[in-house]
Amino acid sequence: MALKGNLRDFSFSQLLNLISLAKKTGTLEVHGLDKDALLSFKGGKLIYAQNSRADNGLGAILARTNKLTDKQYQVIKDRAENIGDKELGLMLINSNYVTQDEILVSLKQEFVSTANDLFTWAEGIFQFENNIKPSPDKISLLISLENIIIEGSRQLQEKERLEDEIPSLDMALRFTENPGTNIRNVNLSVKEWRVVSFINPKNAMRQIARTTKLTEFEFRRIVYSLIQAGLVEIIRPEGSKPSSPKVSTLPVESTDDQKSLVNRLITRIRSL
Amino acid sequence: MQTVKMVVTGPFSSGKTQFIQTVSEIDVVATERKISSESERIKETTTVAMDFGRITVDDDLVLYLFGTPGQKRFDFMWEILSEGMLGFVVMVDSSRPETFREARRILETFRAYAPTPYVVTANKQDLPDAWDPSDMRIALRLAPEVKLLPCVATDKESVKNSLLELLYSILERMDP
Ligand SMILES: Nc1nc2c(ncn2[C@@H]2O[C@H](COP(=O)(O)OP(=O)(O)O)[C@@H](O)[C@H]2O)c(=O)[nH]1
Ligand SMILES: [Mg+2]
Repeated sequence: MALKGNLRDFSFSQLLNLISLAKKTGTLEVHGLDKDALLSFKGGKLIYAQNSRADNGLGAILARTNKLTDKQYQVIKDRAENIGDKELGLMLINSNYVTQDEILVSLKQEFVSTANDLFTWAEGIFQFENNIKPSPDKISLLISLENIIIEGSRQLQEKERLEDEIPSLDMALRFTENPGTNIRNVNLSVKEWRVVSFINPKNAMRQIARTTKLTEFEFRRIVYSLIQAGLVEIIRPEGSKPSSPKVSTLPVESTDDQKSLVNRLITRIRSL
Repeated sequence: MQTVKMVVTGPFSSGKTQFIQTVSEIDVVATERKISSESERIKETTTVAMDFGRITVDDDLVLYLFGTPGQKRFDFMWEILSEGMLGFVVMVDSSRPETFREARRILETFRAYAPTPYVVTANKQDLPDAWDPSDMRIALRLAPEVKLLPCVATDKESVKNSLLELLYSILERMDP
């Protein structure tokens, strides 16, 4: 089924959150007003990215990250047009121009910056196609999305938007049990760590905000980025549940009477 | 005569009116009112639509279904409507991801008002652009124990199923 929409109303951080948590494999195409981007994922991790504004060949990327001189890049561009990235990479490694690590670091920098740039797009039609892989001559990596999401969500400055996302500070937070997401692998700021250290199903968010001496705005933004990265979720604070199993909103008192009333509703609706 | 009520909420155009209309024995959009002030030179007309449906269970039990009003200005009504409700249904238009954020806001707000059972419907599953419910579950940040039901609000069986799932959750709450 369709996984499409517009970044104007379904943000890029929500999209990455979805891809990461659903561990999706496939390719995301985004068409912006004057630019396009294409990102590929495997099991919810970023493996490849390119955008329409630059030459996405390995030679160009190595030149942009100063691993090749402009002259070397020019030669490659003129003479190695038909050589794929994997072959070119091997030749450059074997001839000692660059190391394998330098290539991987350059590519990672390039892919992450393509992803980061998408957080700033005001709009862009996106479509995710399952199981479409990057072309086989491209070198792919395996980059976790948590850090990219946290970094991107930090830039969210809209107060109203944050209040929509986290309307009530009377609720509590708990760590999710997503296998594969580990808070220790995430680069958190000191303030973010302070919030993390108070996360507990018993602590209402309001208390955490007060204890950590953050403004509600700062606090909401931190919580929002942790939620988007799939690390925490909102729950009702523990201890606030009614201790009796009775439903207080039913017009009858005893549990048996309540059950019989609900069963009458069930029978009636089945018969509609 | 005993009455119980359920609230049907969700973003604008998610299918609340349709959902209630499909199972209600009375016409739903009866509470639409026009308020206009004749003394003003520019005629102002405001429409307040609040859906209201009824299912008579037997001689002394009636179930009311309330739809929440669409505009954000009327959010204060949520708190009033949520008082005394047996449970609530959050409708989401599966083909309009731009409304998921609003759906989350509504869900989080209602959840904070009351610990009442609720279900979420992935409505308009008949449309070609409908998102897969498993993707919607993540986009809406639903915990695994929350029921997300594929739904077509024009289809009676589908609406019945959503209401029944909500009632089963209410029964489970009584037998912990
Ligand atoms: N295809 C389709 N259309 C639906 C469905 N449910 C509602 N609609 C249509 O969506 C539009 C908005 O529905 P409405 O009930 O007025 O939404 P409300 O604003 O939430 O009350 C109407 O044109 C409905 O006929 C559905 O399940 N499938
Ligand atoms: Mg309506």
